[in-house]
Amino acid sequence: MLVEALALSAVLFSIGVIGVLTRRNAIIIFMCVELMLNAVNLSFVALSKLYGAAGQVFVVFTMTVAAAEAAVGLAIIIAIFRHVKTVNLQNINLLKG
Amino acid sequence: MQANQFHSLAYSFSFYLFGLIALASAIAFVTRKSPVAAAMWLVNVMFALAGLYLMLDAQFMATMQVLVYTGAIMVVFLFVIMLLNLGHPSDLADARGKWPTILALFVGLALLSEVMALNRGNTIERLVPPDLAAKAAAAAAAPIAGGIIGPVAAPLFKEYLLAFELTSVLLLTAIVGAVVLGRRRTDAR
Repeated sequence: MLVEALALSAVLFSIGVIGVLTRRNAIIIFMCVELMLNAVNLSFVALSKLYGAAGQVFVVFTMTVAAAEAAVGLAIIIAIFRHVKTVNLQNINLLKG
Repeated sequence: MQANQFHSLAYSFSFYLFGLIALASAIAFVTRKSPVAAAMWLVNVMFALAGLYLMLDAQFMATMQVLVYTGAIMVVFLFVIMLLNLGHPSDLADARGKWPTILALFVGLALLSEVMALNRGNTIERLVPPDLAAKAAAAAAAPIAGGIIGPVAAPLFKEYLLAFELTSVLLLTAIVGAVVLGRRRTDAR
């Protein structure tokens, strides 16, 4: 089951990458990042069957970082939305020279 | 490695079932136009992953997955979608142009082929040091002391205590950052 779990994790990560690259809605891109974190968590849990429980400890840390990232990232999205009234990333080009 | 695995038909069937649910939901998630539908499919992915964690002997992680990811993080996402009134599919939910899509396909295929090549010939199982594998097999065969949470909590509060304490600083920083960023500026100066 280990190889299957790792393969599923890889496929989920790839789907997340494809979502980040192809979507324009900032919130959906954020959710794709969450999907990638989940895929990595799956490989951590699968490998913790071989390496011992330390892999699951790292899953705890990943979840904490994901929660912090979601809080700050969504606050940034709300702040941007107040300024430009959109979450479409093609209309947010303040850094373009 | 083969000895400590539970190879019954029902186990394999449930494993592949949860895997297929996760995969199909993930594909549905990236192709939805409406952000609310996408969030719901992502919740489905996370539930399926919680089932997989349960089958991989990580019961505590499965609980945390349901409580933290689907219960807290996704609710925050839905809350923001509701707050910004983005629940309806619109033109901004459309995909990008041709070139980013082609690039994404190439990146996805490259990542996939890389991992498939690594999985061929059980490379991962050969990379594990034999003493570690033997120790993990012995630990899996022995009755677990301290229930389900004990084996996870012990390293968390012993080897990784510093990282655990630093996590609290990270969370505090995130809270302060979110409050400062989300505050409505009534007077500029």
